[in-house]
Amino acid sequence: MPDLSGYRFTSTHEWVRRDGGEATVGITDHAQAELGDVIFLDLPQVGTQFEAGQRFGVVESVKAASDLYLPVSGTVTAVNEELRENPERVNKSPYEDGWLVRLSGVGEGKVELLDEAAYSARLEE
Amino acid sequence: MATLTPLHSRHLAAGASMVEFAGYHMPLLYTSIREEHLAVRGRAGLFDLSHMGEVALTGDGATDAVQRLVANDVSRLNPGAALYGVMCNEGGGIVDDVIVYRLSGGYVVVVNASRRFRDLEWMREHLPADAELRDESDATALIAVQGPRAVDIVTPLTTAPIESLRPFHFQGGDVAGIHCRISRTGYTGEDGLELYCDAEDAESLWDALLEAGTPHGMVLAGLGARDTLRLEAGLRLYGQDMDESVDPFSCGLAWTVKLAKGDFLGASRLRELDPANPPRRFVGLALEPRDVPRHGMAVSAGGQQVGAVTSGGFSFSLGHGIATSYVPPELAAEAQLTIDIRGRQAPARRVPLPFVRRPAKTT
Repeated sequence: MPDLSGYRFTSTHEWVRRDGGEATVGITDHAQAELGDVIFLDLPQVGTQFEAGQRFGVVESVKAASDLYLPVSGTVTAVNEELRENPERVNKSPYEDGWLVRLSGVGEGKVELLDEAAYSARLEE
Repeated sequence: MATLTPLHSRHLAAGASMVEFAGYHMPLLYTSIREEHLAVRGRAGLFDLSHMGEVALTGDGATDAVQRLVANDVSRLNPGAALYGVMCNEGGGIVDDVIVYRLSGGYVVVVNASRRFRDLEWMREHLPADAELRDESDATALIAVQGPRAVDIVTPLTTAPIESLRPFHFQGGDVAGIHCRISRTGYTGEDGLELYCDAEDAESLWDALLEAGTPHGMVLAGLGARDTLRLEAGLRLYGQDMDESVDPFSCGLAWTVKLAKGDFLGASRLRELDPANPPRRFVGLALEPRDVPRHGMAVSAGGQQVGAVTSGGFSFSLGHGIATSYVPPELAAEAQLTIDIRGRQAPARRVPLPFVRRPAKTT
């Protein structure tokens, strides 16, 4: 398990890792386990601007299609192109190789961001 | 409280994700539905199907009983042969789809776990006085080895000549020292064997099969892969693709209905229908790679809803979404269909069933 101290989590099971004004976003290990095998992802175009909490894509798994919500606001600077050919990376490495989008101009909005302990506690509830 | 199969502790030890299905705690998957699915298509998978029901029919009236209950004709079955068929209600609706095994002293009807108690009630209600019915479901375990390597895996464990066993045939024999009914049947579209044994022997048989199969690349496979495999193979699932309101002709199962054999339950209603032109038509639909249809989604033609997805999902073998649905018979074969996937009309092409056909054996 990677060191998640720099990660923040949402109650809708996305994570964000901030690096100054930039950020990387993905889904949590709990989310990938609940979804099962990821079949593909609908991800936004580079350059798209989003508010925190906005729907930015869909993940389709063997079980269901689920909306993805952005933990922070920002502009998409990259999407993980590797996932086109290898969507199972989201299952195998949700916190590293299975990242979804990178953002610049990142700001926080009205989405509650939890640290690892608080997120784990939320899952226990 | 869900029932446990005799292999429950094996599933937990293997780290399976368990789900409740038809009142049983069953493995949904062990590692990944995709990996398990592809392993069965390419090598082999080991399935616990002990939730399935087994109903024995014996006595002088056993053949009459089966002939009355099942729309297919068992009079031509010799001991050691099996067939697929449906039990219909008086209205011609499907009570269950079953496999009938012809034994020397009677029959075993294998029924869906979800229908077991309904079936038992129905069968008892229509049983001739000189036939006896026994529910052997709890005492029987069913383990399936499915995939192109299945026969190679089981062969060293038995003296039974399973290589020469034809599809839909079976024989008694020991596998790893455990007495089984060894059947060349399955629900995956692959070659394979289904092994019925006493519940108390299930763990020993499972362990022996797992040990023999692992060097062949066999994996444990759960209900998730079973569902995606059977959908690709065009095999119907009771409760989704058919129920008591659907007649076997509409479901594309006219080949299992033998109206000429004489009277049977549902026959009078089925005789009023045209087998070649039933009230509804069960069709296969192929979608674009990124469109994944799900059970219940609306199927439309020219902006009008004409049906709903009965079974749908992503085909790991084909790399795109596939679905089955009923459509009105008057709908032209070339009509452009769409499936409503979360508000978007995804184009769906009518394709023949099965979606995936096993390649002819090259040896």
